[in-house]
Amino acid sequence: MLTLECPYCGVKAEETELQAGGEAHLKRYGPGSSDDEFESYLFMRKNPKGVHFERWRHAYGCGKWFLAARCTATLEVFGTYSAQTKEPPADLQAKIKAKRPNWEGYK
Amino acid sequence: MSKAVSALGGVSHKGFAEVAEAGLRGMITVRGDLSSAAMKKAVKAATGTAVPAARRIEIDGDKAAAWMSPDELLVMVPYEGAQDAVAALEKALAGEHHLVADVSDARSVFTVKGSKAPEALMKLCPVDFGTLAEGEIRRTRAAQVAAAFWKSGADEFTLVSFRSVAGYVMGLLEVSSRKGGEIFPA
Ligand SMILES: [Zn+2]
Repeated sequence: MLTLECPYCGVKAEETELQAGGEAHLKRYGPGSSDDEFESYLFMRKNPKGVHFERWRHAYGCGKWFLAARCTATLEVFGTYSAQTKEPPADLQAKIKAKRPNWEGYK
Repeated sequence: MSKAVSALGGVSHKGFAEVAEAGLRGMITVRGDLSSAAMKKAVKAATGTAVPAARRIEIDGDKAAAWMSPDELLVMVPYEGAQDAVAALEKALAGEHHLVADVSDARSVFTVKGSKAPEALMKLCPVDFGTLAEGEIRRTRAAQVAAAFWKSGADEFTLVSFRSVAGYVMGLLEVSSRKGGEIFPA
């Protein structure tokens, strides 16, 4: 069972109180972008075995979207953070790097 | 005006805990900047309480203010007073970015009473009751529908759901509180 702490209300919500929202930190390509960029934005997603950054919504709680870093292989949760964030916080990245020395890093 | 009635007519069941539909309650959704001076004043005037901190409910007699999200409160007043409270809140928040909506008729309220009341809820809600604080309102789900509850007395919880699922929620509570279904039998 996956348990994530919502950074907005602090509830340690288990999976069934949450709604998964897919990969985090996507760059949106809209009007004026190339076909390749737009296709990539719509369809291409990372699917790592290991460290992954995701969007989650506290659907049965405060209703807010937040972001989470976890390991897709072990379900270890490294941390959750505000959705008003362009990339994972530096301290969270350092924590992940310490736990997963072979992690290629956030790109 | 037609006579307002609650969804289930105040039905109740007695198992290892007593579950009952609590009847009509005035409920007002208020959204806006919860830290603003205008919001503090508006909530104080509506309920007599402070703006609740995150995940807290502030209760004063038959009125209360509950924290629903970083930008949303649920103001509770007697059912008959809801429309006046909406007007007063609108006036107090005029000029601020805000929303005030009377949701009284969109909600149903239940009470779960008895020393084993938590056990009836534990089976329905994925909540760690060991970490549930006094004065905390917990938004969660009851089986398949959204719900929120708080400790409203020494041996009593009050639970709120959408009115459209009142029958379903009462069914859950009745089954969950049947004698023999205790989680920690004496
Ligand atoms: Zn939350």
